[in-house]
Amino acid sequence: MAKKPKQVVDLEDIVVKFVGDSGDGMQLIGTLFSETAALDGNDLATFPDFPAEIRAPQNTVAGVSGYQVHIGRKKILTTGDFCDVLVAMNPASLKSNLKWVKKGASIIVDTDTFEQSTIEKAGYKTNPLEDGSLDTYHVIKAPITTMTKDAVKHMGIDNKTADKSKNMFILGILYYMFNKPLKNTEAFFNIKFKKKPEIIELNKTVLHAGYNFADTIEVISSTYTIPKATMEKGKYRNITGNIAVAWGLIAASERSGRPLFLGSYPITPATEILMELAKHKSLGVKVFQAEDEIAGVCSAIGASFTGSLAATSTSGPGLSLKSEAIGLAVMTELPLVIVDVQRGGPSTGLPTKSEQSDLLQALFGRNGECPVIVLSASTPANAFYMAYEAAKLSMEHMTPCILLSEGAIGFGSELFKIPQVKDLPAIKPPLAKPNDPDFKPFLRDAETLVRKWAIPGTEGLRHRVGGLEKENIMGTVSTDPQNHQLMTDLRANKVEKVANFIPEQEIYGDQEGDLLVVSWGSTKGAIQYAVDELRTQGKKVGQAHFHYIMPLPKNTTQVLSKFRKILVCELNSGQFVYYLRMLHPEFRYQKYNKVQGLPFVVNELTNKFTEILKEE
Amino acid sequence: MSEDIQNPTVERSKVELTKQDFVSDQMVKWCPGCGAHAILSAVANVFPKIGYKKENFMMVSGIGCSSRFPYYVNTYGFHGIHGRAAAIASGVKIANPHLSVWVATGDGDSLAIGGNHFIHVIRRNIDLNIILFNNQIYGLTKGQYSPTTAMNTVTKTSPQGTIEHPFNIGELVMGAQGTFFARAVDTNPKLMTEIMFAAAKHDGTSLMEILQNCVIFADGVHQQVTAKDIKDDFQLVLRNGEPMIFGKNKDKGLRFNDNRLEIVTIGENGITADDLLVHDQYEQDPGIHLMLAKMAPPLFPVALGVIRSAMYPTYDDSVVEQIRFAKENSPIKTTDQLLNSGDTWTI
Repeated sequence: MAKKPKQVVDLEDIVVKFVGDSGDGMQLIGTLFSETAALDGNDLATFPDFPAEIRAPQNTVAGVSGYQVHIGRKKILTTGDFCDVLVAMNPASLKSNLKWVKKGASIIVDTDTFEQSTIEKAGYKTNPLEDGSLDTYHVIKAPITTMTKDAVKHMGIDNKTADKSKNMFILGILYYMFNKPLKNTEAFFNIKFKKKPEIIELNKTVLHAGYNFADTIEVISSTYTIPKATMEKGKYRNITGNIAVAWGLIAASERSGRPLFLGSYPITPATEILMELAKHKSLGVKVFQAEDEIAGVCSAIGASFTGSLAATSTSGPGLSLKSEAIGLAVMTELPLVIVDVQRGGPSTGLPTKSEQSDLLQALFGRNGECPVIVLSASTPANAFYMAYEAAKLSMEHMTPCILLSEGAIGFGSELFKIPQVKDLPAIKPPLAKPNDPDFKPFLRDAETLVRKWAIPGTEGLRHRVGGLEKENIMGTVSTDPQNHQLMTDLRANKVEKVANFIPEQEIYGDQEGDLLVVSWGSTKGAIQYAVDELRTQGKKVGQAHFHYIMPLPKNTTQVLSKFRKILVCELNSGQFVYYLRMLHPEFRYQKYNKVQGLPFVVNELTNKFTEILKEE
Repeated sequence: MSEDIQNPTVERSKVELTKQDFVSDQMVKWCPGCGAHAILSAVANVFPKIGYKKENFMMVSGIGCSSRFPYYVNTYGFHGIHGRAAAIASGVKIANPHLSVWVATGDGDSLAIGGNHFIHVIRRNIDLNIILFNNQIYGLTKGQYSPTTAMNTVTKTSPQGTIEHPFNIGELVMGAQGTFFARAVDTNPKLMTEIMFAAAKHDGTSLMEILQNCVIFADGVHQQVTAKDIKDDFQLVLRNGEPMIFGKNKDKGLRFNDNRLEIVTIGENGITADDLLVHDQYEQDPGIHLMLAKMAPPLFPVALGVIRSAMYPTYDDSVVEQIRFAKENSPIKTTDQLLNSGDTWTI
């Protein structure tokens, strides 16, 4: 049968979502697909979407696990709202993800998994592949399980092992559809299964079988290319937000000369930071997996007193548990980096879903007057720089710093232009000199109000600190009313003065005009896309995306005053807007919020912006 | 004593130190007659004998009467929050194994609010010296019962008597796989100094229980052990390698009979010192140590001195070793190498 030549179509960007049972290997092929795209010159962002259970019941909607990849020639700012290609490994994953598929998009299904029982388990009354409900989509039906087994029959591989490789069949189909090379994935097999040549062969055979199948079938009438993105020259890698945080801390440790100590307790979605740092003992990193969240932060405080760059990583419930100890670090005026990878709350909430609802806890969730620096990361790559900045500010200003990340950032990935450590800003911890005759525990720098860091083991600097209020300068226990007022003011002023050491707030888009969209955290990209869209319609719209929350940049008032309307968009019920109303009551704010464990989609933002611009 | 300590990790003082080197300029604010004064004095006496550089001592505490301790010794000191001294001290020792780290804590601090950290620090065998002031009461909050308060004790929060079983600290330590447990009475400064010295010498978590008298809220709780007229009959001071003999006339002893400890009288029924148990504090099996730690009046004396001092690897040594191994064997030696590891590409 003569093959018709297939049409090749250029695309700006494409969103592919892989969904299946938790054990179907969706994350793996998602990762391999995105790495191939990256090596092929595309910009990208990825996001895994999985249930809190490790292996929820098979073939049920509750057990569906997914991985979304957004690749493109244009700058990729989000993981994509709706997908152009859905790979659904069973009826349940089709059912639960169809709402995220663009009309007319391609859906690849393994028809072998569409049996009466799995269809019913997914909650369908009739077979969706036959009842016409998918007529508005381009459905690629393939008996993937059978074809995978057939492809490797000659190799004498058992069914179970063969079955496990069926995700590679799908990857082969996708590489064909998007004209991507197979060689990167083959190289991955060679390394990953170095000691099992038969598994290398198996995976390669299945990958090629999928590729050839796609080439043969007529239902794929055209293929697509996503041309190389125009990116700044340099060396790149893919990075997740959690790994970026870990590496940012490592870089800060090397640059400051302070050894890194992490005291932590496993908690979704922050655990990867703990696991990643545990790998890097060769860089002198000390990781203490504590018995609970409190011991995690307390061990870090002990390490900080001892002269380490000390950090603790957690999520919302853990931040609650650490509150008292963070107050101790505030009181003892010690550096401490607390990374909160936020998830849906309150209580256990939605452990694997993203939210921005710990902001007020980070700002105010402690007993007493207890100010800390609060920073926020906006993207996976940005998390590297914000973790570095958190460590720098915390050490140089001798005060705890909370870095707010989010599940979407921690688990998500994007391209990261690899910096050189020497190009990162210098970090100069205020170490006390041995035998300094003028040393006093709470003697402060006149300008920054920062006290010296006097490290145990150093001659001539023996001193005591603790949770009890201390007399300024001398550091002895004091309940004097005037001293308490003074120390309270000093601790607050010290944090406020950090504003002199952070960049000014920038505005994206129009520098003045009708609508300023204010945001922080993971919403940066979606809002930027929405702002771009309104500007192409001629609207005067800008975006102020805050990475520095406590203290706010010095020019915040100026930024807020340049627009007729201010809209604060957050994935919570309005926490940043609450804070802005408190600090800058002279402005009128509107808010747009969503608390569904989901990111903003661009469409809802443009609708909201348009609506607000219409109002008088 | 100082020649006994051979710990290459902590730097030794080049000059002879005295008690004065560790006396702080702060007013000691414990109640007159409180047992804590004697513990403080014992610490100030033993630190110079241990012989480390004075800057390498570090004192950590939690909250409670006991935990004011760091303010009263001239070392690097950290007064933490309630129950968390063990966790803070763990961070100190792991971050800097060259410090000799001491923890002052109480029965409420360590066994109630800090119970979790207590069992885990012992399980890990981090090289910390923990002095647990056991006065069987919450003193700083003025007289509520604690996890070591004896059953049926009337306190401010148990007007009809407590209805919960107290912890035996030694039993808890050994249940958590403790490698060192010693006990002393606050009225015996010499024995306190001895066990503190032994604790410093021991690699791993050294738990010292001091039977401390709170003169205000639990005065005399240890009377069954400490009262002058009976103390010789109710205190068995253990000495490694020596038979377990006690009593006013040094004629009582412990032997192992029918799978349990038994008190016998030397000279009666043909019993001689040779029939008695000989203390082996270094024995790995905690069986006898546990039985000794659990002994209590009125049937038995209380065991004092070093009850257990078994050799096991310490957490902090293992951290150092793993880092050394990783540094030698990993190709990644700098942050730049880390950032450039794995899949990268140039545009």
